[in-house]
Amino acid sequence: MHGWTGTIVRIDLTEKTFSVEHPSSDIYERFIGGRGMAGHYLMRDGTRAWDDPAMPLLLFTGPLVDTPTPTSGRMCVMSRSPLTGAICDTSVGGRLGTQLKRAGFDGVVIAGKSDAPCGIEIRDGAITFTDAAHLRGKTVSETRAAIGDAGSCAVIGSAAENGVLYASIMVDGHFCSGRGGLGLVMASKNLKYLAVSGTGKTPVADRDEIAAAREEINRLAAASPILLGELGIAHYGTGALYDLMDSRRMMPTDNFRATHFAAAASMNAHAYKTRYATKRTGCTGCAILCKKIGANKEIIPEFETMSHFSALIGNVDPDAVIEANRVCNEAGMDTITAAVTIACHLEITGRSLSPDALIELLNDIAHARGDGAALAMGSHRYAAAQGRPEVSISVKKMELPAYDPRGAYGMALAYAVSTRGACHLRAYPISHELLRKPVATDRFSWSGKARIIKIAEDANATIDSLTACKFLFFAASLEEYARAYCGATGARATAQDLLAAGERIYYTERIMNAANGFSADDDDLPPRFFAEPGTGGGGIAIAPLGRGEFLAARARYYRIRGLDGRGMPTEEKCRELGIEWNG
Amino acid sequence: MERLIRKYEDKLVAHGLCDPGAPLIGSRDEAVLWNRDDALVPAMEEVFAGLNIASLLFARPAEPFFSIMERVAHSPEARAGCIRPQDSETRTFLHDIPVLDAFVPRDIIATLKRRKCVVVRSHGIVTYGTVSPEQAFVFFSSVCFSIYVKFFADYRDAVRAGTADAADRAVVERALASYESFVARIPESPRLMRGPFTEPDDCLAAIVEAGRMTVECRMVDSFFGNISYRLGDTVYISQTGSSLDELGGMIDPCPMDNSSCAAITASSELSAHRGIYRDPGVAAILHGHPKFAVIASLDCDDDACAHRGRCHVECARERFVGDVPIVPGEVGTGPHGLCNTLPPAMRGRRGAIVFGHGLFTTGAADFTDAFASLVSVERMCLEEYRQTITG
Ligand code: SF4
Ligand SMILES: [Zn+2]
Repeated sequence: MHGWTGTIVRIDLTEKTFSVEHPSSDIYERFIGGRGMAGHYLMRDGTRAWDDPAMPLLLFTGPLVDTPTPTSGRMCVMSRSPLTGAICDTSVGGRLGTQLKRAGFDGVVIAGKSDAPCGIEIRDGAITFTDAAHLRGKTVSETRAAIGDAGSCAVIGSAAENGVLYASIMVDGHFCSGRGGLGLVMASKNLKYLAVSGTGKTPVADRDEIAAAREEINRLAAASPILLGELGIAHYGTGALYDLMDSRRMMPTDNFRATHFAAAASMNAHAYKTRYATKRTGCTGCAILCKKIGANKEIIPEFETMSHFSALIGNVDPDAVIEANRVCNEAGMDTITAAVTIACHLEITGRSLSPDALIELLNDIAHARGDGAALAMGSHRYAAAQGRPEVSISVKKMELPAYDPRGAYGMALAYAVSTRGACHLRAYPISHELLRKPVATDRFSWSGKARIIKIAEDANATIDSLTACKFLFFAASLEEYARAYCGATGARATAQDLLAAGERIYYTERIMNAANGFSADDDDLPPRFFAEPGTGGGGIAIAPLGRGEFLAARARYYRIRGLDGRGMPTEEKCRELGIEWNG
Repeated sequence: MERLIRKYEDKLVAHGLCDPGAPLIGSRDEAVLWNRDDALVPAMEEVFAGLNIASLLFARPAEPFFSIMERVAHSPEARAGCIRPQDSETRTFLHDIPVLDAFVPRDIIATLKRRKCVVVRSHGIVTYGTVSPEQAFVFFSSVCFSIYVKFFADYRDAVRAGTADAADRAVVERALASYESFVARIPESPRLMRGPFTEPDDCLAAIVEAGRMTVECRMVDSFFGNISYRLGDTVYISQTGSSLDELGGMIDPCPMDNSSCAAITASSELSAHRGIYRDPGVAAILHGHPKFAVIASLDCDDDACAHRGRCHVECARERFVGDVPIVPGEVGTGPHGLCNTLPPAMRGRRGAIVFGHGLFTTGAADFTDAFASLVSVERMCLEEYRQTITG
């Protein structure tokens, strides 16, 4: 096989055994890798409870990983989310995917439950189970230091060990498998870490084709102001979006009660760049290197974290943002959900937080103590318990990232219908609604958005399966990546063929969610967005979303996606996509 | 959606790319909406159904593009399946331009599955969008531009080699004569706002006006090109992917110290513009893609050059059209970016041409000189072309 290793490994933590299997080429071609393959292998167990020992935790790389294709050093981690109850996958950077591939595997399916804290070490084809009892309670960096530097590692911290519903898995220290609580799934298996190193090489079918695709992709990246431009994410990190969001009046402020942050100019990416003298770093195989690290090794947070730990909770101290991000990373905890849950708490209690109090509260959440115990359950459960469910700004119990949906209607629809809850990355409409790529669309219009969101969801499902970085698609398209895919695997596939696989992958996720009781009722936004305006100004008005227009767009989306009026999968569409229909 | 379909139909006609009534544009959210009835609608709906896309465009290009398309589409290269023009739009965005023999939906689907456009010999051009009919419009316009440039450049080479074809000559003569008379009618010094501007509103208005003029005079294919003005410590520049004839509200202020990234949506050539502004005598920059400046840039007779085929990034020779230098460089930043090659070449000159791409010109106070240079350099390139082919 080319591109793929042709091998996946199943690990049983109860028995401490493993077995390898070789998926058929048909499965590879239909599901590609990464998110697609993980979803395929989750399907059989998708209705189990997240903490059922038989519920798998899946880690899959894609056919482009460990090839010279730009930004392909990523991988997918997937299971069922403790936070939402829906399927949950995360695309994570760092070196993990590359090392797994070099060790000879396209994916790892981890099931069972160890009777005591343990680690898994994959060194090329050899897999060993270690005792990790001594690592319990250790931070992510302490754990990393204990297991050594060879290869790559995925680690959980105290948040997962203490039952935080949005505990993350940290890869190579600061790449987060962040959303939805996959760290807690790992903890439920008594698995503290997974370390992987490999020395193999991934054979590819046609190096020249990959080189040609690489040149095309790099040319487009260089032509992209968003990626490599002077103000782009290569120089400023994803924080480059901070000023844009504020100037477009869609920066979530005070728990989404406002959309403009008065202190934005002093909390922007430029402020971090000068204050911390940042340098570029990033995932294996990437020339953009959008991650930023300070002169004293401070990890500069992603845009979402920068925004939510400032505007959303009224914090004007950049050091506190850095520290909040560090605490979350060390404890292994999703920053978006943490910040939105805290914002919800502040709104309900009418309190405000000093920087010190913010850090203390985050530590309390990570240890599920004091006020933190209730907040560790996420904003949905917390607000409901307080009798104020409407104050939780979440979809499918997952908290919203830092793009206010009243400022971009495609984003509003994308949040609502996303298979993993409020997620900006499923359809990533800021690409055209704000960043003008591939062309600009009217952000205050619903017209055409249902189709656009559907196509983009398919495309991003493909990208997460290949597994490439979505940022590159601000510039390149599946056209160039299809060339790399063919070069890597020897398959003959066009951009639209890959997109068709993406549609299958996405529909599979809808099927799993439907089996877990999700329907149109869950494809909705918090009532605030339909009732209250955002903060207008500078010639921009941010009106509440029209409920009728939203519902009409959602209904169109269902029909375009091949779902019924309740958002449920249909036998007909399953047949068309070649997915087994289970009624 | 209806508004967008109408808008791009009108633009295709206004820019001389299609005759009135020629464009057939469909766009779909749930159901497909067509701009008009046509016998081809059922076939186009079949194409729609075979692709995961949002918009579809078919049109027969207007003259001279149709005749040029026909000549190019009948070349041996095109008969083998696709053509590879050497301009930067093709290289960067289209990669190559597939050519089909007949309007057969199945074949069109198979081709559009891997490329953004297809030329159907003796029919026209099909393009699509995944987001908006604007993409289909842009690709259509790019194909017209690319085949135009390729045709004239190839013809010049053939004349030099003594292998020019009589049928090509007839098309060249007609197209050239019509373009020459068009360019002759462009006013020498158009009435543009006079600078230096001291207020942001004036400089925004001047940019909008000069952008529109550049498109009206066909010095750029609407969608591309960029324009900026420096006012104190701020560069006002057109946004990425903005149409130069619709710049109202599409201009980003970029502080020189990068203290805000709000202009992350600024043109991909922001760095090049900033580089050019290091010359304190420059206040305005205009960048268009006048066709004969691009055709001139492709003209090199050094067959033995080791960089052949990589001229767009590796050309090391000092090349000029008259007083105007030609430099290599790709769009945007990066080691091969024109942001490295262009600013030094522009120093002390009225403009410079980027290989296979377009022309940058400057003004000291406003866009009057920049525009005049854009037109006069194009005229110079056109005259030179005429001389070359008439010998
Ligand atoms: S752009 Fe950033 S997130 Fe994407 S691959 Fe590169 S470093 Fe990783
Ligand atoms: Zn240009």
